[in-house]
Amino acid sequence: MAEPAAIGFSVPPAGRGMRDAKAPPPADGSEPFLDCGLLHVEGVTKYYGGRVGCEDVSFDLWPGEVLAVVGESGSGKSTLLNLVSGRMAPTSGRVRYRESSGALCDVHKLPEASRRRLLRTEWGYVHQNPRDGLRMRVSAGGNIGERLMACGNRHYGNIRKAGVSWLGKVEIDADRIDDMPVSYSGGMQQRLQIARNLVSAPRLVFMDEPTGGLDVSVQARLLDLIRTLVREMGLSVVLVTHDLAVARLLAHRLMVMRRGVVVEAGLADQVLDDPRHEYTQLLVSSVLQG
Amino acid sequence: MPAENSISENQRETPVYNFAYLDEQTKRMLRRAILKAVAVPGCQVPFGGREMPMPYGWGTGGIQVSAAIMGKNDVLKVIDQGSDDTTNAVSIRSFFKRVAGIPVTTSTREATIIQTRHRIPEHPLREGQIIVYQVPVPEPLRWMEPSEKETRTMHALEEYGVMHVKLYEDIARHGEIAASYDYPVMVGGRYVMSPSPLPKFDNPRMHQSPALQLFGAGREKRVYAVPPYTDVRSLDFEDHPFSVQRWDKPCEICGSTDTYLDEIIADDKGTRLYVCSDTDHCAARLASKENRQGGSDG
Repeated sequence: MAEPAAIGFSVPPAGRGMRDAKAPPPADGSEPFLDCGLLHVEGVTKYYGGRVGCEDVSFDLWPGEVLAVVGESGSGKSTLLNLVSGRMAPTSGRVRYRESSGALCDVHKLPEASRRRLLRTEWGYVHQNPRDGLRMRVSAGGNIGERLMACGNRHYGNIRKAGVSWLGKVEIDADRIDDMPVSYSGGMQQRLQIARNLVSAPRLVFMDEPTGGLDVSVQARLLDLIRTLVREMGLSVVLVTHDLAVARLLAHRLMVMRRGVVVEAGLADQVLDDPRHEYTQLLVSSVLQG
Repeated sequence: MPAENSISENQRETPVYNFAYLDEQTKRMLRRAILKAVAVPGCQVPFGGREMPMPYGWGTGGIQVSAAIMGKNDVLKVIDQGSDDTTNAVSIRSFFKRVAGIPVTTSTREATIIQTRHRIPEHPLREGQIIVYQVPVPEPLRWMEPSEKETRTMHALEEYGVMHVKLYEDIARHGEIAASYDYPVMVGGRYVMSPSPLPKFDNPRMHQSPALQLFGAGREKRVYAVPPYTDVRSLDFEDHPFSVQRWDKPCEICGSTDTYLDEIIADDKGTRLYVCSDTDHCAARLASKENRQGGSDG
């Protein structure tokens, strides 16, 4: 992993063409599949006063695809995630999402009611700190059931059943269902947050440093779990992380950000094994080996 | 003062207040808020709450609403926990007697305005009556969501899923919906509303009630309303339907089996009595029973 960083940039491998974030997906490289893509981000820019949050970021996300956004602290990763998930309005640019009905909608032009409905049905949002994403004074079962109840499920038995089943999927004992999240360990809280998000069978999940702040062994287990769930449910994921190992393990595609700008994008393995931009090379070579 | 002779005895001992204590501008402001509340059943409408000559939590919201709707021909009844003779009820009743000079009563039938905390009278209300509730916490979503901005958005967008999370928690912890008072209701199929400290026993009485129901929260400065003949449904689960409290024993005083009973500890040995919380209803029942017995004896 360190070696390509030293030699790779002067001779770009054939067929890459992935330096530009606007580039079409790797699948065939010719036409952007606007008729089947899940999320289309076009020239999204956010300025905080005179400061750049992120600038002119574009990408398309396909069903079942995991896109990782990597970069150092302050590079605009979280800003981008907030913009793309409709939680913050961009200064310019637009984000379009294909709803399950097939219609393409502009996320930032949707009425608030529809945007919030998307966020609790077709989308999921996994916060870095599980305390932001969980209701800490509500039992695990209630946390998992909230989305179901928000979608109109009014049968206690069924909600309970879903709770037990999802605790099993995220490897938490079913007898912990009535415990408060405060009594859970950090890793369990994070898994509970994932269960809470996935219970409504979303199509697109945003994850902000899902393994941040966790012990390395716990991280590994969580990553394994996320990878399994993503594959089983066919989820599309936009993942923000500063951890290249996480990106390598989970992501199909990678975007490297620096100072609010995407400096390199492409297939995860290609970018990591053969980084072209000097900043990416620095990032890749700075990973502790061992 | 030359006019002193014309002032009545009652006015001489109290400073001369406007009718029903509040000035007319304040009443107008309150009436506007109440009209809006009636127009949008269950929706909380803010108003400019005034300082009342009593602490928050003693019914300042209810008093302001009562003062705003009160006319010279009204008859006022005030109950606290169903009872006409508790401190709070007595003092509010005498307050209005003094500052509005209107007749007061303990009879549910005679009253045109009933200010209440905790109960709806057992005797069915009729058209033309107004029941005013004193509300401590008007926001039903507050338990789940501390942010006022967020709860308003949730009301606006009809996002009431979290109310069921609260009920879910109850069933998970207690095996049933254990909330026995302040049980959330859906008003007119649109707004989730807190009936405040009302026991859930009284929730069915709010549904399609012929009387106008007004709710005033003094501390939070909100009014909301349920107009006559409006649907009021208690939230529940399909497999855990809403149900009200039942008692094994009848009222110890009047023998009633279909009223809301209060538990009273009678002595130091832990003897418990169950008696009607609605004192007016209990007394009326007892009187009619004695009449009947007296009739058969004689």
